[in-house]
Amino acid sequence: MFCKCSSSPRLCLGSAMATSDVKLLGAWASPYVMRPRIALNIKSVSYEFLEETVGSKSQLLLQSNPVHKKMPVLIHAGKPICESLIIMQYIDEVWTNGPSILPSDPYDRAIARFWAAYIDDKWFPSVSGITRAQGEEAKAVATAVAIEQVSAGLVVLEEAFEKCSKGKGYFGGEQIGYVDIVLGSFLGWTRMTEKMNGVKLIDEAKTPGLVGWAERFCANNAVKEVMPETEKLEEIAKMIQAKFRAPPPK
Amino acid sequence: MAEALVLLDFSLSPFGVRVRIALAEKGIKYEYKEEDLKDKSSLLLQMNPVHKQIPVLIHNGKPICESFIIVQYIDEVWKDKSPLLPSDPYRQAQARFWADFVDKKVVNCGRRIWLVKGEEKEAAKELIECLKMLEGELGDKPYFGGESFGFVDVALVPFYSWFYTYETCANFSIEAECPKLVAWAKRCMEKESVSNSLPDPHKIYDYVLQVRKRIGID
Repeated sequence: MFCKCSSSPRLCLGSAMATSDVKLLGAWASPYVMRPRIALNIKSVSYEFLEETVGSKSQLLLQSNPVHKKMPVLIHAGKPICESLIIMQYIDEVWTNGPSILPSDPYDRAIARFWAAYIDDKWFPSVSGITRAQGEEAKAVATAVAIEQVSAGLVVLEEAFEKCSKGKGYFGGEQIGYVDIVLGSFLGWTRMTEKMNGVKLIDEAKTPGLVGWAERFCANNAVKEVMPETEKLEEIAKMIQAKFRAPPPK
Repeated sequence: MAEALVLLDFSLSPFGVRVRIALAEKGIKYEYKEEDLKDKSSLLLQMNPVHKQIPVLIHNGKPICESFIIVQYIDEVWKDKSPLLPSDPYRQAQARFWADFVDKKVVNCGRRIWLVKGEEKEAAKELIECLKMLEGELGDKPYFGGESFGFVDVALVPFYSWFYTYETCANFSIEAECPKLVAWAKRCMEKESVSNSLPDPHKIYDYVLQVRKRIGID
C-alpha cells in the first residue's frame, strides 16, 4: 500500500483515488521530504513521488518553489505548497476523514507547534553540529561540545514526550502526530551521526522514553517504508564530508 | 466570564507587537507586563524555561510562546472576530508561507544591518530584494490578507517601525526602492490596532544605538 521508493519516480498504488491529483517533489534521503510522505500515508492518500536528482534542481521544482528553490513541494491539483511544516498542516486540513495529525484543542496545537519549532530551529541544527565539528581544528573538543548540546536538547525532548504522550506511545497520544513526524523524520540522520561518531545520543540511561518511542515510530505502518536505511545515509554523509574537506577550488 | 490573560513582553520587540496587534484586532482585554531583558522576571523564566524569551501569552495560567504560535492560538480561540488566517486550506498555506518568509528573510537581513559591523550594505541590498518579493505577493491588494488585514500583515507590519533604523544604519531609502510596500504599511497604520501597537521609530533607533555601543560596534 505504501510505496517503497528507490531512486526512480514511482506511482504509489493502493487506493482508488486519482494519483495524478497529488504529487510530491523530493528525495528519499531528506528528512523534510519524509514528513509529508508520512502525513499522506496516515491519511491513506495516494501520490506520485517525483524524485529529484542529487546535485541538480528540476524545472518543476524551480517553477513550483521559485522563492526558496527547495524540496519538499506538494503539488495538489496543480497548486504548489512549500515548507514541510506548512505542507503537513495543509494535508491535515484538506483530508479530514483520515486520523488527525495536529490535535484539535487550540492549546494542544500551540504546544505541538512549539515543539516542532524547537526541534527544527534548535535541536536538529545541534545534531548537524557534531558532523560539522569533524572538519574543525580542535576536533575532539568541538565534538564533545556538540554532543553535549544535542544531549541536553534530548533531555528537554524526553520531558516533552512525558508531558505530551500522557502515558501513551507517541507525542500525539495513541497515534503518531505532528511532533512525532517532525522529530521522527530526523531519526535516520541521528542514527547515522551516532554510528559515524561512535556515540549514543538517544540512550536508555538519559532518555528511556525516547528510546521506546523511536522503536515504535520506525515500526509504524505509515513510517517504515519511507524511513531511509542508516547505511545509505552514511554513504551520503561521507560524500558531504569529503566535499567539506576538499581544498577550495582556485 | 473573565479570561485571565497576561502578556509578558518588551515594548520595542516586533515579535511582541505582532501579539499586541492580534489581541487588539480581536478586542481582547489583557494585562501587559513589561520585561527588563537584562533582568528577566522569575515568571518569564518559569513560563518559558526553554527559550527564556518574550513574548509569552499566559491564558488561564497556561503559557503559549513564540509570536506566530501565539497569534495562531489567539486566532483559533477567538475565532468569531476579525479572522486573521483564511479558512481555505490553500490560502492558509500561502499565508503561513509568507509569514515564514518574513521570519526567515526580513528579520535576518534587518538584524544584520544593525547588529553586525560591516554587513550593512550587503544586508540592506538583500532586505530590499526580500521586500520587493513581498511587494510582488501583495500585488494590487490593499492587504496581504486581501480585502481585510490578515496573518501576513500582522507578521510584517511591526518591522515598519524598524525601517528608520535600517535606513539610518545603512544609508538607504526603503520608500524609494519599495514605494508600494511603504504605502501598504501606511494603510495598516490607519488601523488603531496597528498604530496603538507600533513603537516610535526613534525610540527603536535609540535602543539600537545603546545595544551597538554595549557590544562594541559603535
